[in-house]
Amino acid sequence: MAQEIRKFKKVLLLGSGALKIGEAGEFDYSGSQALKAMKEEGIATVLINPNIATVQTSEGVADKIYFLPVTPYFVERVIEKERPDGILLAFGGQTALNCGVSLYESGVLAKYDIQVLGTPVQAIMDTEDRELFVKKLDEIDVKTIKSVAVNSVEDAHKAAQELGYPVIIRAAYALGGLGSGFCDNEEQLRVLGEKALSFSPQILVEKSLKGWKEIEYEVVRDRYDNCITVCNMENFDPLGIHTGESIVVAPTQTLTNSECQKLRELAIRIVRHVGIVGECNVQFAFDTDSEDYRVIEVNARLSRSSALASKATGYPLAFVAAKIGLGYGLAELKNSVTKTTPAFFEPAIDYIVCKIPRWDLGKFQGVDRELGSSMKSVGEVMAIGRTFEEAIQKGLRMIGQGMHGFVENKELVIPDIDKALNAPTDKRIFVISKAFRQGYTVDQIHQLTKIDRWFLQRLYNIIETAEEIETYSNIADVPAELLHHAKKQGFSDFQIARACLKENMVNVDEALIEVRNRRKALGIVPVVKQIDTLAAEYPAQTNYLYLTYNGVENDVDYQGDKRSVIVLGSGAYRIGSSVEFDWCSVNALTTVRKEGWRSVMINYNPETVSTDYDMCDRLYFDELTFERVMDIIELENPHGVILSVGGQIPNNLATRLDAQKVNILGTSAYDIDHAEDRHKFSSMLDELGIDQPRWRELTSLDDIYDFVDEVGYPVLVRPSYVLSGAAMNVCSNNSELEMFLKLAANVSKQHPVVVSEFIQNAKEIEMDAVARDGEVLLYAISEHIEFAGVHSGDATIQFPPQKLYVETMRRIKKVAGQIAKALHISGPFNIQFLAKNNDIKVIECNLRASRSFPFVSKVLKINFIELATRVMMGLPVEKPAKNEFDLDYVGIKASQFSFSRLQKADPVLGVDMASTGEVGCIGDDTSEAVLKSMLSVGYRVPEKNILLSTGGAKQKAALLDAARTLHEKGYNLYATGGSHQFLNDNGIPAVKVYWPSEGDKEPQALQMLHDKQIDLVVNIPKNLTATELSNGYKIRRAAIDFNIPLITNARLADAFIHAFCSMSVDEIQIKSWDEYK
Amino acid sequence: MRTLKSASLILEDGTIFRGKSFGYDKSVAGEVVFNTAMTGYPESLTDPSYKGQLLVFTYPIIGNYGVPANKLVDNLSLYYESENIHVNAVIISDYSFEYSHWNADKTLAQWLQEEKITGIFDIDTRALTKHLREKGAMSGKIVIEGCEDVEIVDHNSRNLVAEASCKEVMEYGAGNKRVVMVDCGVKHNIVRCLLERNVSVVRVPWDYDYSHINYDGLFITNGPGNPDLCEPTVENIRKTIADNSKPIFGICMGNHLLAKAAGAKTYKLKYGHRGHNQPVREVGTNRCYITTQNHGFAVDEATLGSDWAPLYVNMNDNTNEGIRHKSRPYLSAQFHPEASSGPTDAEVLFDDFVKLL
Repeated sequence: MAQEIRKFKKVLLLGSGALKIGEAGEFDYSGSQALKAMKEEGIATVLINPNIATVQTSEGVADKIYFLPVTPYFVERVIEKERPDGILLAFGGQTALNCGVSLYESGVLAKYDIQVLGTPVQAIMDTEDRELFVKKLDEIDVKTIKSVAVNSVEDAHKAAQELGYPVIIRAAYALGGLGSGFCDNEEQLRVLGEKALSFSPQILVEKSLKGWKEIEYEVVRDRYDNCITVCNMENFDPLGIHTGESIVVAPTQTLTNSECQKLRELAIRIVRHVGIVGECNVQFAFDTDSEDYRVIEVNARLSRSSALASKATGYPLAFVAAKIGLGYGLAELKNSVTKTTPAFFEPAIDYIVCKIPRWDLGKFQGVDRELGSSMKSVGEVMAIGRTFEEAIQKGLRMIGQGMHGFVENKELVIPDIDKALNAPTDKRIFVISKAFRQGYTVDQIHQLTKIDRWFLQRLYNIIETAEEIETYSNIADVPAELLHHAKKQGFSDFQIARACLKENMVNVDEALIEVRNRRKALGIVPVVKQIDTLAAEYPAQTNYLYLTYNGVENDVDYQGDKRSVIVLGSGAYRIGSSVEFDWCSVNALTTVRKEGWRSVMINYNPETVSTDYDMCDRLYFDELTFERVMDIIELENPHGVILSVGGQIPNNLATRLDAQKVNILGTSAYDIDHAEDRHKFSSMLDELGIDQPRWRELTSLDDIYDFVDEVGYPVLVRPSYVLSGAAMNVCSNNSELEMFLKLAANVSKQHPVVVSEFIQNAKEIEMDAVARDGEVLLYAISEHIEFAGVHSGDATIQFPPQKLYVETMRRIKKVAGQIAKALHISGPFNIQFLAKNNDIKVIECNLRASRSFPFVSKVLKINFIELATRVMMGLPVEKPAKNEFDLDYVGIKASQFSFSRLQKADPVLGVDMASTGEVGCIGDDTSEAVLKSMLSVGYRVPEKNILLSTGGAKQKAALLDAARTLHEKGYNLYATGGSHQFLNDNGIPAVKVYWPSEGDKEPQALQMLHDKQIDLVVNIPKNLTATELSNGYKIRRAAIDFNIPLITNARLADAFIHAFCSMSVDEIQIKSWDEYK
Repeated sequence: MRTLKSASLILEDGTIFRGKSFGYDKSVAGEVVFNTAMTGYPESLTDPSYKGQLLVFTYPIIGNYGVPANKLVDNLSLYYESENIHVNAVIISDYSFEYSHWNADKTLAQWLQEEKITGIFDIDTRALTKHLREKGAMSGKIVIEGCEDVEIVDHNSRNLVAEASCKEVMEYGAGNKRVVMVDCGVKHNIVRCLLERNVSVVRVPWDYDYSHINYDGLFITNGPGNPDLCEPTVENIRKTIADNSKPIFGICMGNHLLAKAAGAKTYKLKYGHRGHNQPVREVGTNRCYITTQNHGFAVDEATLGSDWAPLYVNMNDNTNEGIRHKSRPYLSAQFHPEASSGPTDAEVLFDDFVKLL
């Protein structure tokens, strides 16, 4: 071995920062595993990760935690202070890897004598730089997709002509296929090429292999040159759809042994030749008519796929990779499941897993819904079964978009099925279902989609079963064998009920119970199986479980001792529910375990720490539907169930579980219902004399107009049935209201619309708290930087609040106390308030942990979930003596947006949430905390030129101060028409630039963005509707597409500008979390 | 839903698993063993080492890519490991009635029916595997609805090697070197691996006296059943060792028989090693292989003569995985360096052997 193994004393781990499309929770899982591996060796650990909601940034996981941006500048400053002797680059996604490569190239690692653990940086660069990569693989006769690296659009076009269209272009060094896409012709190439060049100085043009299979291998290599492939995976969708956008199964299903071994051998050959030490992902394109292949890419780091492979097999890749980085051989490590056999082996799977992406494209105005070579999904689920049908139907329910499986869903309206099959969107799997129903054959669908016939045939099996059940109209008439057959194919009780009863299914809950009771009477119940890495060959005391109908025997002996406490997890990451609920779930599990109870987790998100089987006593990697949760409860016979730490999915089960006499720990289902039900909650507030924005549930346009007359515009409109686009909208006048209701929603007796008064320029305030028997024990009040109107998940949040009246705080405390008492709250809860002057109004109340629980827990340094869990379990608790008024520092939670990946989406904030992640940073004052957090979500302090188009009169006025400061600091201001006029009138020099609609005049705003002459864009939309004028849209979109920082909210712009004008980046203090006392 | 005949697997301890028939409708008996590989059913079914066994696949979904055509080129099968299926029955969880693969010729069911081999599915193969793991490999029978019942028989006393071996001498290739291959039930890929390395092969029956043949090395193949029933082969190997010191290489049964010739004893494992993921270490080194295995017996290392040493060890249960002579070019592997099916990591052992010739 070339690399000498050092005895490390202190190791630095780079995290991946905020969750974003292409880089999500999987890196919390990998990083946490790596830190655990270091800890086991007694090595001190330092973590840099501004993502405060992660498990890895919790107390005790790393010795020192820095909530700072993962950028070369900040990492160097931490290195300077901490002096680690080793660094881990492979556990924080592309962010950490790029940062590490940059530190290596600039000589920082050498300067401080820091050794990179695991794969050497040169090997990383060999895999990242396309040209080096192809050369490297040529040396060992491994075929790659030949691409031509170019630095201009002109050269890209020349290369494409030589290769022949269609071609794919990619930006070098970009995460998750950012800035890549297919081009069928020159025109498309010019558009995409230009964009790709804005992300990277180099773009790659290659021949498209659309329609080939896409296969992945996860390979581990140690310093003794021993290699294993832990898992192989096959994409259901053919090449052309990014693997993050594809349904993926493990192991491969349509490959023969000879094909698998060929690719396996190639993967190992590559890994050996490149010199990986640790974990590596190899992606292949594989011909459908021969054993021809191409290597697509190699990721010399832990990845989304490796997290999936770990969860799919039970093999802890990140943990093992970290140990290998320390110099261990695979043979020297144990299999974490069997604990007796070595880690040098390849898992034998005796089930199939199916990963399905979760998209939230409906949240974005104007977004391109077609799937392609760039990733747009925000989360994923993994379903486990013993037939493909079972796994995929489970998975389609898990993605949580109102679907019940492959069949028996709400009818989709698809005008052109051929087109929808050929140009796939996020709905593609349901289009296949519909196509089958309309008589398309497996072959026809194969021709249009290029999905392997095997998968399609299996899907068709589901259709056949559905049609057979549909010949019955009474649940009692369905023959036992057919019922069992359907369950083996993953049909839910709901699907069976709907197939039988069709439109006669009036009471859903009753119908489900009828199916459930009938099949239980027939002995048709699921069995529990273990994931043991060795297909039952060796005994394993594994607690990693799933349920299936394809079996006759449970792998687990249930004691029925009532010592289990089930914690329901949060499901797929999505916009609005993400890693923060994983943190809550993990902390609830830890508390349950610490108190000597058996902690049981139900969750199905492979990107989480809560689905790490080390985190609990029993992990059911399965659905969070009423049906499945009841199945598990009937097996576990638990002491109780906690459903207030996993977000809205578990919370929604409260009433139905309660009806089955399930012991819900904490606040009762009755009270949860009183908070969730708008009418009940509202009348309770009225009784308590607590103010709320006026609202009404209405069923006709006339009624809506009457209500608007009463409260005045703007109003917030929430339809109960959404046709397309966002579910909520703010309307400022009659025409907007009509347009929204006509285009986006249906108003009728069946589909009422909730209209609320919208209070402008009000502050939004959150209260996160824990109560016991209606008494508040612990609370955190935080304020939004933005005025109400920006979704609380997108808002920048300050804790403790710095600009609230004491009077307001006192009122909020009082109101919260009244609500806690009235709802007999025992456990976590969150209330959102509006405050204007000193009047406060309650917007909503959730009797569960909220998104900001990890943030306030970590800033205040009191674990809200631990306390809440103790309360829910009836354990003695003490009211913490400390509160937020004692803090000498400020926390800022800022949101991360992924607009750059969502082509054409309008990057504007509104009442519907759009951010994919967040960071939380701590500073001595607001400015420092704002600056740290904004830099952490990708903003840069502008160098000299700033473009302002600052919306309506109020917003213009609100930003006047900031504009003056910028001017005084020597920034050059550029402004569009009205803003320019306003600045001039107020004596602030600015250069006038023209809107896209004034195309013939110079200088053009778009041209300046295109030429990268602008360092920051502040573009405030004039009104609150999402359909802004196309001028503003074009400027915002251009800023995103050319990777120029953009702010669309006046209050946030003001805060950011004041922050970077009042202090420079090098004045930012490098303080670890524990230094804030 | 398809209407299919019901079928029962009845183990010798009386345990019953119920499923459905998808192969040839015939009741059949045999030793029930499990294989944890996730691919490679055409290779496994034609592997002579499975002769007479009722083979359980722990991977639940089988038949996905159909079965390739049985093409023989120069007396070697192109895609199979021998000319026909050797298992007595296939036991799986979820059968793929439709397959999808460019190289497929028929469904697994069609193949089983052509070869008159029983196949059942809808069995909880994990529960069955756990049962075999706990209780040990055991005999059993499959009874198909409407078919004549059969008796459970103990195959341990049956000389399966004699049944699986070729009946006459066959020659392959015209290489630089010549190897005599004692066929105990050889997988075709062993022959292919030698031919690829420019070695010609004289394949002889298991009990054939090859001493009159002019050769550069001796190869003892894999094969089914109990090594104790192959005394004639062991005797031939003993004679060879006494006569000359030409290189010898054994695989699987070959390892047993070489060990027996070296004076060692073999014993039956509780449930054997069958799969693609068996970790093996070369003794005294850090060199490790992921190997394909298929054996129910093992060499008792403690009984090896003083001239011999263990060469490989199984990293899961520390059983013997190969032996070597301390001074002569004799070596053997319990695992399958020819793979097929399974990982090809250990194919380098053929290179090592050919270098010795």
